[in-house]
Amino acid sequence: MQNGGTLDGRGIAWLAGGGDEGEIVLSTRVRLARNLQGFPFPIRAGVEDSGRILDRARAAIEAADSLREATVWTIDDLDPTERNLLLERHLVSRELVERAGEEPAFAALALAADDDLGVMVNEEDHLRLQGFSPGFALDRAWRRVDRLDEEIGTVLPYAFHHEFGFLTSCPTNVGTGLRASVLIHLPGLVLTKEINKVLEGISQVGLTYRGLHGEGSEVVGNLFQLSNQTTLGKTEEELVDHLARVAGKVIDYERSARSVLIREAPTVLEDKVWRAYGILRTARSLSTREMLNLMSGLRLGVALKLIRTPSVQTLNEILVLGQTAHRSRDVGGSLDAAEADVARAAYVRDRLAAEDESTSAGSDTPNGEPN
Amino acid sequence: MTDGMLCDECGERPAEIQLTTIEESEMKTHHLCTVCATEKGVSATPSAKAPLVDFLAQLGKTEQQESSRESGEPCPYCGTTSADFRRTGRLGCAECWAHFDGRLRGLVRRLQGSAQHVGKLYVHSGSDLGDRLAQLAGMRRRLKRAIETEDFETAADLRDRIREMEASD
Repeated sequence: MQNGGTLDGRGIAWLAGGGDEGEIVLSTRVRLARNLQGFPFPIRAGVEDSGRILDRARAAIEAADSLREATVWTIDDLDPTERNLLLERHLVSRELVERAGEEPAFAALALAADDDLGVMVNEEDHLRLQGFSPGFALDRAWRRVDRLDEEIGTVLPYAFHHEFGFLTSCPTNVGTGLRASVLIHLPGLVLTKEINKVLEGISQVGLTYRGLHGEGSEVVGNLFQLSNQTTLGKTEEELVDHLARVAGKVIDYERSARSVLIREAPTVLEDKVWRAYGILRTARSLSTREMLNLMSGLRLGVALKLIRTPSVQTLNEILVLGQTAHRSRDVGGSLDAAEADVARAAYVRDRLAAEDESTSAGSDTPNGEPN
Repeated sequence: MTDGMLCDECGERPAEIQLTTIEESEMKTHHLCTVCATEKGVSATPSAKAPLVDFLAQLGKTEQQESSRESGEPCPYCGTTSADFRRTGRLGCAECWAHFDGRLRGLVRRLQGSAQHVGKLYVHSGSDLGDRLAQLAGMRRRLKRAIETEDFETAADLRDRIREMEASD
């Protein structure tokens, strides 16, 4: 186990793309909420107890086979830009980041060497075990996090109740403590105005959706996180399989919607894609929201082969690395909103231009350097 | 009950208040006049020099509310009240699940459509911690009872054991 260290390149392996259904599903995650016996939950734990919880969590992480050579970062030790960096990479929740204050919070993130397992310590619950996978891979993410859970649960005694299951701070997580989610891009359903019907449908079968940044975040760039709503009364496998089945159907609907669009309104679609590309390639100031919305058009164009570049990897990288904390870190300081928008636009222009040059662009891609 | 006695502090005014404290595992009874008692902060707020007095007073208060859990008696382990829970939506500790059991069961059923966990079973073996939480909560409840029945020897003993347990890492 390593304490602290560079954040460069950590937790972004999934950006390479290539997972199942990679042109529609960006990533998959499964998390388990766990609390230790004998300690108040984080909302009630004082500084001393929080410190002890982190000590115990460290010992368990050290002993866990799945987390060999893991790195542990204490949120208190990171500067605000670094904290937001973790947030933009979806490795931690806003709640974890916001625990850092005047008193030591002993909130921490452990990340496996291969970046596909993580543990948040002293978030809403003592432990949030997380499995990450690129593309649509619920079963894989579940199996990995389940194994980690066994390893940690052998070392640390969890708070468990014969009736309520794994006890959590919030009753919406009790039981299995499991939240599985897929980050899915649904521009076809949005453009064909079928999305509300689909979202209504998923809520009727015990699922819910959130925006890119999880709980409480709005939907931007047609990116939806589909997840299970309930955590009790079903086994972990039932919850994971149910989400997998429903998400599989949503993927099918999205694919049909895209076919309809390309058949019924090819020009409108093509125009939308190329306009998005044009703005991203030339804009001098881009807000995160505008970037995410335009990137949605571009991602759709790439998936439908209406445009040859950029690659899915570049699309994913811009999505994460184009956000404010990443831009701030690049210039080694903190940027205000207007500066960040300018830096973001420059970054996106560069990334798209580089891709054009490194691939032999087709006759329908713009020639010359728009910068 | 302090008939004829003079104040331990000033030795002049008649003692009207009997104050029992436990200091370093010893039970001590002080007889004070109202003036000295007020100076020591006994009548209004317990003195900061005698944290146990403060502690006992707090326990006494919660004891009075014991009769009705639904009226908001806090969790004996972490102090979360039902008002806290209503405000934050968060429980303070595992013991809250037992403490607010009646209300939570209905809430969980509404939220989750079930109140029976059917997922992974968990039994921790080889733990040297034991169920520290349950033990502590049990000891706190017994401490309250000991104070209520003025069994100060037992109270002092329990207090020391709770402190020991809280300090043990």
